[in-house]
Amino acid sequence: MEQSWKKAKAVFAAALGPPLVWLVVFFVAPMAIVWAYSFGHNVGLTEISFTGTIANYARALEPLYLKIFVKSAWVAALTTALCLVIGFPVALAITFASQKAKTWLLLLVMLPFWTNLLIRTYALIAVLRTEGYINQGYEWIWTLASKIAPLGAFQPLELLHNNFAVILGLVYVHLPFMVLPLYSALDRLDKSLLEASLDLGAGHLRTLFRIVVPLALPGIASGILITFIPALGAYLTPDLLGGPDSQMIANVIERQFKRANDWPFGAALSFLLMYLTFIAIAVQALLSRGKKKEGVG
Amino acid sequence: MTKRSPPGPLEYLRRWPIRLWLAGVGIFLYAPLVALMAFSFNDSRRNIVWKGFTLKYYEKAFNNDGLIEAFANSLTIAAVSTVLSVVLGAMVALALWRFRFPGKTVVDGGLALPIVVPEICMGVGMLVFFAKVLPWPQGMIWPLNLGAIIIAHVTFSFPFVAVVVRARMASFNRELEEAARDLGAGEFRTIKDVILPHMTPSLVAGALLAFTLSLDDFVITFFTAGPDTVTFPVKVYSMVRFSVTPEVNAASTILIVLTVILTAVALKLQGDPAATAGAHGGEKA
Repeated sequence: MEQSWKKAKAVFAAALGPPLVWLVVFFVAPMAIVWAYSFGHNVGLTEISFTGTIANYARALEPLYLKIFVKSAWVAALTTALCLVIGFPVALAITFASQKAKTWLLLLVMLPFWTNLLIRTYALIAVLRTEGYINQGYEWIWTLASKIAPLGAFQPLELLHNNFAVILGLVYVHLPFMVLPLYSALDRLDKSLLEASLDLGAGHLRTLFRIVVPLALPGIASGILITFIPALGAYLTPDLLGGPDSQMIANVIERQFKRANDWPFGAALSFLLMYLTFIAIAVQALLSRGKKKEGVG
Repeated sequence: MTKRSPPGPLEYLRRWPIRLWLAGVGIFLYAPLVALMAFSFNDSRRNIVWKGFTLKYYEKAFNNDGLIEAFANSLTIAAVSTVLSVVLGAMVALALWRFRFPGKTVVDGGLALPIVVPEICMGVGMLVFFAKVLPWPQGMIWPLNLGAIIIAHVTFSFPFVAVVVRARMASFNRELEEAARDLGAGEFRTIKDVILPHMTPSLVAGALLAFTLSLDDFVITFFTAGPDTVTFPVKVYSMVRFSVTPEVNAASTILIVLTVILTAVALKLQGDPAATAGAHGGEKA
């Protein structure tokens, strides 16, 4: 049983005080200031006056920016879907692997996840760029093939600085985010249910969609959330791999703060992104609560 | 089991479509990294063709003062912010584990915020905070000039440490604490001799998590860093913007090797990753 804080006030204050002060001063206060800025407007170069205006939010909902919001959500959703499709068989294989193989496979999934994001993005640039590994390999094959039949001049593939590269990069970066929660959900499944289904004549695919997926739904939902949220707010991947038309919200926010110097507008965009994130979390929480009630009733 | 026995119904790993899929995913995840590391040793600036082994790009990277300074900054920031994060994280975890108090759910929720808030939003918050509220003095001596970045890193790391420590404390038998008190141990003694030993594995795991998070962070640092406080990711970012050079490959290889060593240590200390991976996936949420 937890102790009442009144029984040991000194210990309570000493343990909770410093972290709480830290959180309030260095997190809550900065976010509150950004929130306040989102209702202000620029006066002069560095002064911002708090006028309680909602003009920044109105501007954020103009078609130009709304389009970027919709596009970001769409890119994040597509990334999440691809991660789910690619990651599910991996999680399934890990779940039913022998103990030793399981350890190694999990390690292989987790290692890129621990590797620096910038390095992973840079590695992708080296693969995809015009004189990158893929194009060089392609040119080599092209040259060989030209000796047999004339193919004309070699045209390198445009793989970098477009939407394709952004999606590929996001999937590359977020795949472990999906596999780990999927694995932890699948690992908790009662394996005898699967065996029963297979024994009773259902095929593997049918067992998968009728038994495994429904039972692992909470894990799938948390995998989707854990992948979707960072993908929605991604900055580095669209910045380095994307072209002029593949900007996402985070890039627009960065521009307001670092280049356009329109902090109030950037603040409004930041908070809209934050609200989207909270909505995604709330939807997931509601869905999983609904599932639990269903299970009880 | 002999090699010839057909795969059991649930041994998906022994079926060829799954094996092929796993191999594909493995290539997807590792080929870019392996290529990056391999070509840091290639004696040619831009060609995919192997021209022989060389360490000259490592030499170049080591002679690049900017890169070395950024690397030293990153390690210093990671070390200091790890220590602070572990202390703060353990304190808040202890308070939340031990006490009942009004507003506990608010503290709980507030602690989750730095974990769920998009990086860019927190970066913006830090930029505004250090520009308007607490302008970090320019031109301070090293390592004090890194203070703003360290504060930012502690802010996003210590809630992660708290999550890890709380998960560990859930398995602590409260009667042990009561027994210690019955036997005459004071507050300090109970925490030091009874609670801390139980907490230790989670402190180590939390420290490694905080260290990697700090070393990995680009976005929040990018918004907090001044022109004279460049970290490794920020430096690599500015180098990558201009061109892809074997020098960056060499520097990246060093960091990858460092990460692999840290991960190996973490796993050795934590035991079987199969037992902890689930908890880990949850942490990132």
